Amino acid sequence: MLGTSVYLNGKLIGFHNNPKDLVQTIRDRRRNGKLPYEVTVAYYEDRNEVYINADEGRALRPLIIVEKGKPKLTKEHIKLLKEGKLSFDDLVKNGIIEYLDAEEEENAYIAITEDELTEEHTHLEIHPALILGVCSIISPYPEHNSAPRVPMTSAMIKQSLGLYALNYRLRTDTQSHIMYYPHVPIVKTKFHKIVGAEGKPAGQNFIVAIMPYRGYNINDAIVLNKASVERGLGRTVYFRTYETQERRYPGGQKDKFERPKPEISGYRGDEAYRFLDENGIIEPEFKVNGGDVVVGKTSPPRFLEEIGEFGGMIEEKRRENSLAIKQGESGYVDLVLITESESGNRLVKVRTRKEMVPEIGDKFAARHGQKGVVGLLVPQEDMPFSQSGIIPDMCMNPHAIPSRMTVGYLLEALGAKVGSLAGRHIDGTPFDNEKERDLREELKRYGFKPNGTEILYDGVTGERIKAEIYVGVIYYQKLKHLVSMKMHARARGPVQILTRQPTEGRAREGGLRFGEMERDCLIGHGTSMLLMERLLEESDKVTEMVCPRCGIIAINDQIRKKAYCPVCGSTEVYPIDMSYAFKLLLNELISMGILPKLNLTDKV
Amino acid sequence: MEKVFEAYKDKIPKSILEEVIEKTKGMNKSEIKKMLEKVREEYEKSLLDIGEAVGIVAAQSIGEPGTQMTMKTFHFAGVAELAVPQGLPRFIELVDVRRAPKMPMMWIYTKDPKDYEKTVEIAKKIEELEITKIAAIREDFIKKRIHVLVDMDKLKEEGLDFEEIKKRLEKAVRKKAKVEGENDIVFDLKVSTLKALRRYTNKLEEVRIKGVPNIKKAAVIKQDGEYVIQTEGTNLKGIMALSDKLIDKRRVRCNNVKEIEEVLGIEAARETLLREAKAVLDNQGLTVDVRHLMLLVDSMTASGVVRPVGRQGVSGMKSSVFARAAFEETVRHLLDAALRGEKDGLKGVTENIIVGQPIPIGTGTVGLIMKKK
Ligand SMILES: [Zn+2]
Repeated sequence: MLGTSVYLNGKLIGFHNNPKDLVQTIRDRRRNGKLPYEVTVAYYEDRNEVYINADEGRALRPLIIVEKGKPKLTKEHIKLLKEGKLSFDDLVKNGIIEYLDAEEEENAYIAITEDELTEEHTHLEIHPALILGVCSIISPYPEHNSAPRVPMTSAMIKQSLGLYALNYRLRTDTQSHIMYYPHVPIVKTKFHKIVGAEGKPAGQNFIVAIMPYRGYNINDAIVLNKASVERGLGRTVYFRTYETQERRYPGGQKDKFERPKPEISGYRGDEAYRFLDENGIIEPEFKVNGGDVVVGKTSPPRFLEEIGEFGGMIEEKRRENSLAIKQGESGYVDLVLITESESGNRLVKVRTRKEMVPEIGDKFAARHGQKGVVGLLVPQEDMPFSQSGIIPDMCMNPHAIPSRMTVGYLLEALGAKVGSLAGRHIDGTPFDNEKERDLREELKRYGFKPNGTEILYDGVTGERIKAEIYVGVIYYQKLKHLVSMKMHARARGPVQILTRQPTEGRAREGGLRFGEMERDCLIGHGTSMLLMERLLEESDKVTEMVCPRCGIIAINDQIRKKAYCPVCGSTEVYPIDMSYAFKLLLNELISMGILPKLNLTDKV
Repeated sequence: MEKVFEAYKDKIPKSILEEVIEKTKGMNKSEIKKMLEKVREEYEKSLLDIGEAVGIVAAQSIGEPGTQMTMKTFHFAGVAELAVPQGLPRFIELVDVRRAPKMPMMWIYTKDPKDYEKTVEIAKKIEELEITKIAAIREDFIKKRIHVLVDMDKLKEEGLDFEEIKKRLEKAVRKKAKVEGENDIVFDLKVSTLKALRRYTNKLEEVRIKGVPNIKKAAVIKQDGEYVIQTEGTNLKGIMALSDKLIDKRRVRCNNVKEIEEVLGIEAARETLLREAKAVLDNQGLTVDVRHLMLLVDSMTASGVVRPVGRQGVSGMKSSVFARAAFEETVRHLLDAALRGEKDGLKGVTENIIVGQPIPIGTGTVGLIMKKK
């Protein structure tokens, strides 16, 4: 026997006769600070292998070291920490807290709370919520939600719009969103401060009535109070930065910022350049739309000479190469920045700004995997109201709750209601939060029903709503999927050069794909002509001249107004309708060395 | 009264006619007549029209429930029964026509399916038992002999005779054996090389004591009040060769389509395919009209051999060059077609979509003919 195999960063480096001793030594040295704290070691007894890891890419997690059932972190330490005489790093250096990776965790026996500690435990969690990541840890009451909702929340927190950076006015990110009046959530967790989510919030506290609203919040849709929206609820700004520079070309040629002259090739028309000053650059606070030029630029010709319209060599004109607003976008010019690029060229950055007021189709989400799209903006007078005159900002459909089992949502609503009455924040930290019973007691003291329901009146008829409605405050996030940036339709539009089929995607003003399964449906219905219309008429139909003798597509000489067969030269050719893709296929077959021939017959 | 129904004998299928007879009991003649006329009308309306795209409709009708199948069971293990692939894996197995399914099985009924004792007895008789299961075979290189050490307990359990085993072994190697001690059958072989000795060992190891080859397990299960022998491993030929006194050959079932095709022919294979495919869907609680499955099974067996759906089968053998090229291995199909000088008659759906002409289905089936003067 060679002894225990020892691997360093996954590579076998040798064998050891006393693995337990080896592992203990490494751990001791790490705790003494003789080895870096990122080094982890794991001993697999069953496989007789020791793994030492010191490489990058491992997620490490801090834990309190426990010896003989006693955590090494004492009250003394905590006192010093509070006084600022000790830092977290000092605890790590002194072997009180250590970082484990997934592999070393296999060797550890971790207690979640201090009172469950036994002799066998090797570590203690700093806080039970630390098993969660940055996103989950700032969602309240996650342990009351069904498990799949928790990672969904994390995924949506990443898409929320808020105050992502304080220096946003100086930044030139390609795209960014800033919320107008972001709130700190009323129900927050102990980790909001630590993570920094308190200073840069992304969401607002909505007053939510959990009730259907005339069918406009079916299927996860939400109904918003129009007056709230007009007061700034869910309002964001959208910044977009365009940039261009005066590039240098081999041969001393250079781009030039200027107002392009009409004789330049590719001139966009006077209107496109109307905002440019004499330097060819736009000024702030102009309202621009898609296609408007923001920086006029001309580039040197690709070739110095070219064949002129009437033959003979002439000097080529400079090319138009301006920077224009993307098709479908609009906004005000917010910032014009003229600097120098890394290579020393003149660089212009133009940032546009657009106010994004919530509209039908915008996406909102609470921190419980409860997302929805605005289904209707209701005038305030038509929204339900309570006896005290409270009108909710939002109506959320009750069907969203039972099947998803997001009890945390209801607890947050209850908690935030108490919080807003008491004027304090409610602690919703995972596994360690304010209890429902206490919240209900407190709510009762403020004169509300302890179960969170209220009697509401229909805003349209004024009648009392028979059911008691659960009303609370929920922290809602506006997610970055805004309809105005997605909505798209097309009747006619551009086609691809190669296939002559419609382009794809909103940015290229494309068509909506009529795919294979849709094709199968039309076949299934036997609607042969409709299918042909979709696939041919509305797509890439061409009429080609075909020689009946050779079965080959004829040359159609437009100048001499004559079509003739390239093989036999016959001018007796017939027009045939086909898809351009098929014509292309014939060409490609020829390039493969296959000669496809078309057999023509009379239709009737 | 009978006459009224008689008139519709050829106009409505028998089963529907019988239902009408049953449900119109107590009605007068004119009412029945009205009813029959209405039924005929409805029946004719529900018949397929010429040019109906039955293939696509069948594909969609089987495919849509198929998507639900994926998310459900993959394996299902009973207590006394065997683990059998079900749901989508089994359906794929059928459509791909694998040479042997993951779990080849047979269901055998005895002459008297109510008799448990007898069924168990026959099951034991069918189950294959190799010598290696009841005995250990040891080679003695020095003395050039082979010991077969029989496990007497197991022998007793299986109800076998020691002498009988000895005889079988002797027959297999065509050599006489001695018995040493209580359970050691010894073959003294006059061979010079190790290789020759090994050859005898291999022969001995293959000896089957009893049962039908390839029937690895035979369990008796109860189904609809009858005892059935359910086997793991199939051997249709072997089972069919058994005595008529033991089993009911007309009721033998097997889930290996390929084997059925070889033994009983294409019609039996088609029937099995259909039954198995339907069983999979029924098992998953999905309802698909049999006619869709029948079309699938027919297209797989129409050529006289069972062909899989896919590259080597139904799709790969379409007559149109374009249809084949559009499906898979585009370049190969095009080059082969060019070499053979193939002609595409543009009779199918895919070809016509490619060239941009109306497909010969539904409204596209209608053509015009010029009248000669
Ligand atoms: Zn020609």
